[in-house]
Amino acid sequence: MKRNRKKTYVGTVFQAIHSLLTGLKVTMKEFFTPKVTEQYPENRSTLQISERHRAQLYMPTDEEGNNRCIACGLCQSACPNGTISITTTTVTDSETGKSRKVLAEYHYDLGSCTFCQLCVNACPKEAIKFNNKFENAVFDRSNLILKLNK
Amino acid sequence: MDFTTITTAINSLLCRYLPEQGVVLAESILAAICLILAYVLFAIVMIFMERKVCAAFQCRLGPMRVGYWGLLQVFADVFKMLIKEIISIKRSDHVLYSLAPYIVIMSSVLTFSCLPFARGLHALDFNIGVFFLMAASSFGVLGILLAGWSSNNKFSMIGAMRSGGQMISYELSVGLCMLTMVVLSGTMQISAIVESQLDGWFIFKGHIPACIAFVIYLIAGNAETNRAPFDLPEAESELTAGYHTEYSGMHFGFFYVAEFMNVFIVAGIASTLFLGGWAPLYIPGFDAFNTAMGYIPGIVWMLGKTFFVIWLLMWIRWTFPRLRIDQVLVLEWQYLVPIGLVNLLIMTICVVMGWTF
Repeated sequence: MKRNRKKTYVGTVFQAIHSLLTGLKVTMKEFFTPKVTEQYPENRSTLQISERHRAQLYMPTDEEGNNRCIACGLCQSACPNGTISITTTTVTDSETGKSRKVLAEYHYDLGSCTFCQLCVNACPKEAIKFNNKFENAVFDRSNLILKLNK
Repeated sequence: MDFTTITTAINSLLCRYLPEQGVVLAESILAAICLILAYVLFAIVMIFMERKVCAAFQCRLGPMRVGYWGLLQVFADVFKMLIKEIISIKRSDHVLYSLAPYIVIMSSVLTFSCLPFARGLHALDFNIGVFFLMAASSFGVLGILLAGWSSNNKFSMIGAMRSGGQMISYELSVGLCMLTMVVLSGTMQISAIVESQLDGWFIFKGHIPACIAFVIYLIAGNAETNRAPFDLPEAESELTAGYHTEYSGMHFGFFYVAEFMNVFIVAGIASTLFLGGWAPLYIPGFDAFNTAMGYIPGIVWMLGKTFFVIWLLMWIRWTFPRLRIDQVLVLEWQYLVPIGLVNLLIMTICVVMGWTF
């Protein structure tokens, strides 16, 4: 059988009908599938946001409320637009007498965050993470500057 | 239900108070008002249906916010259109520029008035109905050509020329399909065509040739109305909006409404010629079923069939990509016209030999 056999006139008609029907079948299936539209404010109670969605940086804490931050400042230096600023204090361990830096305040400016996740990737202790609480609208920009540690 | 009782009652009422010519004038005005109201009403339904059906084919919900289930969306659109300014273009041919949308809508309303909605509910009905219908529907292209020419815009011009080439070509296929059904029915009077389908729709009576004619009619009708996959005259990605690029406000609205109503008209003609118009479903032998079907009023049958055909046209529209201009003409002249001619011959042989039901 030759590969580039020239199609007959009638052959092209039937081939065209077949290919058109294939397309019509696809759209017909689509017509009856459940629709993907999310009606947002009405469906808030049933809304499913992906776990991996990056909406806001937060600091996970254990049962006693302690975070895992070691105040190394890697997140602050990894941030491309200065969203994170860390203030530290030095405390002296009463047993060993060695002095050590601990986290005083962890400030995060949601307004300038690009959600690139470089800070989360830079953290050696997995002390910061993104959650999926996406309703972040506020009336004043100052409300966007969050203090993450308690 | 027979609407002739209502119309004769109105006629005798008017005859009591007015001279003969006054009666004719008053009845014409009444009929025109009813027709235009029905035209606008169906246009609104069509636009809403288009949005919803299009959305369903694209796995969306469509308008949901304005009114319950988006029901008031179309009214909002129309209101927006009405309050927009009608801009007059510098160096355009002002007379033709403002005349064009009226020609388009006039042709559309004239064709619309040929549709039979129920027994007696039929504005224009005379012995060459099908001819008149074709003549009325085909002078809409004049308005489109004028719109393109008078806009003084290359995109409008290209769109109008494409539209002219396409509509004049596809008119032929539409005509051949109508002729095929006229051969089967033996008359051109639209009311008589519907009457003869009371004992079986033509698509069943004419079996194979009628089915082929129906498919060709749907394709050519889609091309007549300038809708995708034949929307070259107003291809957004190539010609901004084609022949109505320069129009704004209600002048654009007329083109828009006429385009939608042409779909309704194409579907209405398809249901009249092939699916029996207002004739209920009749299956020979099932007498109880046929009587039950007969209780559903004719206007419900007509509108049901029309909207079913509109849905078919929308299904086609939202499935296929746009054709190139040469492909459009090849499809018409190398495929649809020869197939339509052969089909006409087959139908004639069937009718002559009595091979119809």
